[in-house]
Amino acid sequence: MSDRSPYAYDSKVEGNIIFTQLDTAINWMRSNSLWPMPMGLACCAIELMAAGAARFDIARFGAEVMRFSPRQSDVMIVAGTVTYKMALAVKRIYEQMADPKWVIAMGACASSGGMYRSYAVLQGIDHLIPVDVYVSGCPPRPEALLDGLMRLQKKIMGESSFLEQKKELLASI
Amino acid sequence: MTHAQISDAINSRFGHAVRDRAEFRGELTLVLAPEALHQVCEFCRDELAFDLLLDISSIDHFEQEPRYELVHELYSLSHHLHLRLKSAAVGDDEPSARSVCDIWPTANWHEREIWDMMGIRFPGHPDLRRIIMWEGYPYHPLRKDFPLEGKFSDVPDVAFTEPAPLAGGPFVTAPVEGTTEVREPRARRAGDLPPDQTFIAEP
Repeated sequence: MSDRSPYAYDSKVEGNIIFTQLDTAINWMRSNSLWPMPMGLACCAIELMAAGAARFDIARFGAEVMRFSPRQSDVMIVAGTVTYKMALAVKRIYEQMADPKWVIAMGACASSGGMYRSYAVLQGIDHLIPVDVYVSGCPPRPEALLDGLMRLQKKIMGESSFLEQKKELLASI
Repeated sequence: MTHAQISDAINSRFGHAVRDRAEFRGELTLVLAPEALHQVCEFCRDELAFDLLLDISSIDHFEQEPRYELVHELYSLSHHLHLRLKSAAVGDDEPSARSVCDIWPTANWHEREIWDMMGIRFPGHPDLRRIIMWEGYPYHPLRKDFPLEGKFSDVPDVAFTEPAPLAGGPFVTAPVEGTTEVREPRARRAGDLPPDQTFIAEP
């Protein structure tokens, strides 16, 4: 193990013990069990399905449990064109998700409106909800979505939620 | 039954209302006086066996009189014939035309779509609500004077809209010979060099 690693393994202690920080352990658990909320709105959803199927197998990254209930999901994958008619519904579903929660904007439409520069399409879901990872493509290949997912995992590994909670708690006392 | 027979039958009954007749590639088109449309439709269904209404579409002849026109596409399942009926929608500010829902129930959603997108009202329609945009949206986006980028609107808790940034657009496809790279939609203005001379291939 390198000095920079958040984990440490001490061979002098008897086996199966790893020293780490609570934050790192929490982040490790969170990032390897991301349950997606598949917000499939257009053709990107087909690639999302491909990413979930056997050939690309999103289960390799612990994100195979597609939950169609916002209460049970961690990451919303906005896959497709967000029309103004759908926009507030997407926002509402995002707000129903329990913290901590993340958003992947999959494809050109969800990221920026894509080719729909028109009266009917929201020009990027980030106008309404915070986005963690943007995946380019029209639609993106499943590999691109998996890359986005891995980047999100990397981002989660850098979070310090427990430390911040502790600081907030101390400040409130 | 042939197109000539259909045309004759309608002419003998509604001769005063048929303003024009055109036949092109085996398709018969009749231009009707707006007030006769409903009667002619009923006649077509009951006497000429046009039992299927395929589609209703609308046209915005912006800056022309009359501005709005309706096109009814009929089909006869027993005679295997198409018939196209064109008629103006009366009124340039609040255009309207009598609903044909009582003749073909399928007209219901077609007419709702035309009301939603083009703003033509259909007196006699049982349930004339918007069908694609939401109730409360103040515009009719398919009209020629509606900008592509849209306009501001807000119906609280339902939906809002904002104009889209066109960034030099609208993006138009070039009507020239060439690969898709040359013809692809880009911002083009009058006086620009032909697209096959301006396109710079990316490495």
